[in-house]
Amino acid sequence: MRIGDFRASYAHDEALLATPVQRSWMIGFVLLVLVFPWIGGSYLTYLACLTGIHLIAAMGLNIVTGYAGQISLGHAAFMGVGCYTVAALARMEIPFYLALPVGGLISALVGIVVGIPSLRIKGLYLAVATLAAQFILIFVFREWDSVTGGVRGVNVPPAQLGTWIFNTEGEIYYVIMACAFILLLGARNLFRTYIGRSFIAIRDKDISAEVLGIDLFRGKLLAFALGSFYAGVAGGLMGYFYRAITPEHFTLTLSVFYLAAIIVGGLGTVLGAILGAAFMVLVPEALRGVVSLVTVWAPNAMALLSPVREMVFGALIIGFLIFEPHGLVEMWRRVRRFFHLWPFKT
Amino acid sequence: MDWISFIEFSLIGLFSGGLLALVALGFVLVYKGTRAINFAMGEFMMLGAYLVYTGHTWMGLPLWLAVLLGLLGISLIALGVERLVLRPLAGQPVVSVLMVTIGLGALMHGAVDAIWGGRNLEMPQILPRKPLLWGDILIPGPIFWSFWVALAVIAALSLYFRFSRTGIAMRAAASDPITAYALGIDVRRTQQLTWVFAGCVGAVAGTIVASISSLSPALSATALGVLAVVILGGLDSVLGVIIAGLVVGWLESIAVGYFGGKARDLVPYLVVLAILMIRPYGLLGTRDIERL
Repeated sequence: MRIGDFRASYAHDEALLATPVQRSWMIGFVLLVLVFPWIGGSYLTYLACLTGIHLIAAMGLNIVTGYAGQISLGHAAFMGVGCYTVAALARMEIPFYLALPVGGLISALVGIVVGIPSLRIKGLYLAVATLAAQFILIFVFREWDSVTGGVRGVNVPPAQLGTWIFNTEGEIYYVIMACAFILLLGARNLFRTYIGRSFIAIRDKDISAEVLGIDLFRGKLLAFALGSFYAGVAGGLMGYFYRAITPEHFTLTLSVFYLAAIIVGGLGTVLGAILGAAFMVLVPEALRGVVSLVTVWAPNAMALLSPVREMVFGALIIGFLIFEPHGLVEMWRRVRRFFHLWPFKT
Repeated sequence: MDWISFIEFSLIGLFSGGLLALVALGFVLVYKGTRAINFAMGEFMMLGAYLVYTGHTWMGLPLWLAVLLGLLGISLIALGVERLVLRPLAGQPVVSVLMVTIGLGALMHGAVDAIWGGRNLEMPQILPRKPLLWGDILIPGPIFWSFWVALAVIAALSLYFRFSRTGIAMRAAASDPITAYALGIDVRRTQQLTWVFAGCVGAVAGTIVASISSLSPALSATALGVLAVVILGGLDSVLGVIIAGLVVGWLESIAVGYFGGKARDLVPYLVVLAILMIRPYGLLGTRDIERL
C-alpha cells in the first residue's frame, strides 16, 4: 500500500526509488541476485546469465528503437562487433574490465556509421537499411578470417581478475550481473537528462523536435551509438560466457529476437527491456519442459521442439502487438495499481 | 572473364531478374495497398510452394489443378492474415506493423517445419529443363522460362489494375484511402484483395523458385534479398520494380561471375545501402513529403 507519498523535497522527487516499500523490494531483489548461484543450481544460473546478457542488449535496442524511435534490424551484428573486439583484446591478455568498454566503443562507432542513413530516411526504409547492414556485417564476420576466424569462429579466453579466473557460469554470472546493473542504472538515469529526453522528442515527431531546437543529427547518431555500445558490451559478455563464438551467433534471428523482446516487454521503458528479455529467454525453456513431458506419450515430440518454439515466438509477437501493445510492463503496472490501495477498494 | 562468358552471365542475370521482379511485386502490392512491408513474403512463397507440392505429389493431382489449389489455399490464408493480424494494427506505429509481419513469418515458418518437416523435398518439374544454346552461350531452361512466366504474371496484374473495375478501385484506395472511402469504394475489401494478390504472386514465385532448386523451409530466406529490388525500384512503383529486377539480377550474376558464389550474399545489401544513401525513394517511387 502506498500512502503518504507526497514528494515534499526535490531530493525525494528525484529519487529513483521513492518509497521505503520500493527500496526494500529493491534490496531484497539485489540480495537474491547476489546469492542466486548458490541457491539456483547450475542450470538456473546458466539461464540467469543468458537473461543478463540479453537484457543488456535488449536495453540497447530499447534506447534506439523504444526511446529514439529508430528501427534497427541490425542489433545482433553490433553485438558481434563488440564480441569479436573483446575476443581479440582478450587474446592479447587485456583484462575484461578494459576489453568490455573498448568492445562497446568500437561497436558504438560501427553503430554511428550504420545510423548515418537515419538522417535521411526513417520508418520502414530505415528498417531495410539496418537489415542490409546486418547482412553486410555478418558477411564480414564470415570472411575476415584473421580477426573473426571465419565460419569456424574464435575461442575467447576466460575473463580473469588478478588470479581469479571466471571459468564457470557461476563465476561469470557476477561479471554479467555487475555490467547489467551499471548499464541499466545508466539507462534509467539517461532518460532523466537532456539527451535522453531529446531521444523521446525525436521519436514522437522528429520534425517537431527539430523545431524545438533539438539537433537531430546529434540525437539520432547518439541514440545509435549508445544502443550499439550496450550491444557491444552484451556481445563481449556473450564471448566470455560461451567462450567460442561463430558468426551464427549474431544472425538476423537474434536481431529479431531483441525487437520481439522489447515489444513483449514494453517499448520505451527500462523495466520493459528487463521483463521482455527474461520472458523471451524463459519461454523457450518452458516449452522444452512441456515438450519433454509430452514425450512420455509421444516419443517423437522432441523433433517438433524447434518448429513449436518458432511458432510460439511468432504467436507471442502477434499476440502482444494485438492484445497488449504496451507489453508486460503494462500488465505489471496493472498489478501494482491494484495493490496501491489494497486492501481498500479502489 | 572473356566477353562470351560476360554475355552469358549477363543474360542469365537478366533472365533471373524476372523472378526477382515478381517477388518484388508482392512487396510493392502490399506496400501500396496498406503501407506495410510484408516481411513474411518469403514465408508466403514457401507456403505456396508447399501447397502446390502437397497437391501434386501427395494427392496426385495434375499440375495445373495443384497450382490452382495452391493459389486458392494461399488466398484463404492471406484473407485470414489480413483480417486477424493486419487489420487490428491499422494506424499503429511502423515498428508494430513491421514486427507483426516478422512474427507472422516465424509462425508460418514454424508451422511449415512442423507439418512438412525440415528436409529437402523434390518439387515437380514445372518448367522445361532443356538448356538453351545460342552459339557458345548456354542459358539454363528453367531460368529462361521463369522470366517469361514472371513477366506474364506481372503483365496480367498490370492489365487488371489498368482496366478492371476492381483494379481501378484498388489503385484509388492505395493512392488516397480516405477519398476513395468517401467515393464509395470499400477500402477494407480492396486491402483484403491486395493481400490475396500478394499471396498469390508469392505462391507463383515460390513454386518456380522451388522447382528450379528444391523445396525446403530455407526457401523463405530468398525474399529478403529481393528487398534490394524493391528499394531500387521504389517501394510503390510496379514499373520501377521490373527495371530494378533486371538491374539487380544482372548485378548479382556479374558479381557471382567475378567473385564467386559468396557475392550473392552481399551484393543485394550493398545495393540497398547505396540506394538508401543516394536516392531513398528509388528509381520511380513517389517522394514522400512530410508536413507537421
